[in-house]
Amino acid sequence: MEKRITTPLTKEKIRELKAGDSVLITGTIYTARDAAHKRLIELLDKGEELPIEAADSIIYYVGPTPAKEGQAIGSAGPTTSYRMDAYSPRLIERGVRGMIGKGLRNAEVIESIKKNTGVYFAAIGGAAALIGKSVVKSEIVAYEDLGAEAIRKLEVVDFPAIVVIDCEGNNLYEIGQKEYLDSLK
Amino acid sequence: MYRTLNGNLSLQSITSNESSYAVKTADKIRYVETGMKHKSLYCFIAFYKFSVTVCQMREIHASEVTKAVRKLCIDANYYLSDDIKENLQKAYNEEKWNIARDILGKILENADIARNENMPMCQDTGMTCVFVELGQEVHIVGGTLGEAINEGVRLGYEDGFLRKSVVRDPLNRVNTGDNTPAVINYEIVSGDKFKITVSPKGFGSENMSKIKMLKPSDGVEGVKNFVIQVVKEAGPNPCPPIIVGVGIGGTFEKAASIAKKSLLRPINERNSDPFYRELEEELLEKINSLGIGPQGFGGRTTALAVNIETYPTHIAGLPVAVNISCHATRHKEIEL
Repeated sequence: MEKRITTPLTKEKIRELKAGDSVLITGTIYTARDAAHKRLIELLDKGEELPIEAADSIIYYVGPTPAKEGQAIGSAGPTTSYRMDAYSPRLIERGVRGMIGKGLRNAEVIESIKKNTGVYFAAIGGAAALIGKSVVKSEIVAYEDLGAEAIRKLEVVDFPAIVVIDCEGNNLYEIGQKEYLDSLK
Repeated sequence: MYRTLNGNLSLQSITSNESSYAVKTADKIRYVETGMKHKSLYCFIAFYKFSVTVCQMREIHASEVTKAVRKLCIDANYYLSDDIKENLQKAYNEEKWNIARDILGKILENADIARNENMPMCQDTGMTCVFVELGQEVHIVGGTLGEAINEGVRLGYEDGFLRKSVVRDPLNRVNTGDNTPAVINYEIVSGDKFKITVSPKGFGSENMSKIKMLKPSDGVEGVKNFVIQVVKEAGPNPCPPIIVGVGIGGTFEKAASIAKKSLLRPINERNSDPFYRELEEELLEKINSLGIGPQGFGGRTTALAVNIETYPTHIAGLPVAVNISCHATRHKEIEL
């Protein structure tokens, strides 16, 4: 049974989420991947404002395909998250609460999630046509020159994701695989 | 000498025959005059024969190549091939772990949406890998082959609403804006065949690929350990269930190249050599006992297939390349 959550993603809402939960996210999320993250961190280094409202926000690691006529967005599945590990803790400290991607995170990110009551979700990698359907509106808010890597503000309805790392640091990649292997014994 | 001339004689051999003729006659001045006349005649005959040969070659216009590549880029990204779909369906039917089964169901649903609504199954529409089998009796006219292919990529990615994911320079990363250049592999084959395969390769899985120069003494166990280690370390990152392409032998770059090429083989076809067929099956079983499962949330279905290709190698070496590909392993081909 899926849990429905809405943005903004407050600490109270995050505390309800446990690794392994399936969720449907409704509200506003931002897209950012490699190049956009690099620029966001450069802004922070210079002490400048971010082009997103970071407080209680969710960042989705995605570079969508172009929308056809009548679509809000094209195919929009997650990209692999570890490439953002170097940048994520800085953004979490600035108020970003949730990240959506796929794949492993490093110890620093997990520590930052625990310390700041954050959460890491996974969307199904490669299920991009399906996931794109939950996006009802898309607007570029920064770095248009980056094309697919521009920062977009997305309105999503019932965006499907799975809690991988909860705010206590429980990790579905470890738990899920262990439980499966134990079930074979 | 005139009588011995045939189509296989090159101009160079004609000249050397003439030199010996000249020494024998000792009438050098007269020879030069005769030789010049002969040379012109031979040049004419050679040119005539060359023209006849060219006319007999099969001509393919560059624009046909462009048109074909454009369509292959779009089709490969929209329509998951039957072998992968059947295999995913089989995995779905056999998978007993709930979350794994759910994920496989969603992946199948996604492939259906992409097919029915003509949209890319994955947002990473890849770097465009192109494999050309060019018959040596084929002549490309109206442009160069490489440019014709890149123009096809340019049009396919624009018209098909595919993502442009290529940066011009690996360090000064500016997007080329049209997904070119493609990575093109040419193979010259006999006859007048012209086959072109387009395989868009996503980098979630490409990034998890590795190569290792093993020692001959590492043997088959060394190969098995390396393949398993690469899959294990990749874990959830390359979007399992994956397809594992393995290249064994050759040189450093040849191993990588055949590993990539192995991914073009339909996953329900095993290596024709019984030894490597068994190795493919054994590795698949070992990988599917790791417990990684679809998307890394646990389960049996970590890989759909292991495809191995081999090449002769040096007495001192045992190169092994593991090229990982995701469940959206895409390739479409056409013979012109």
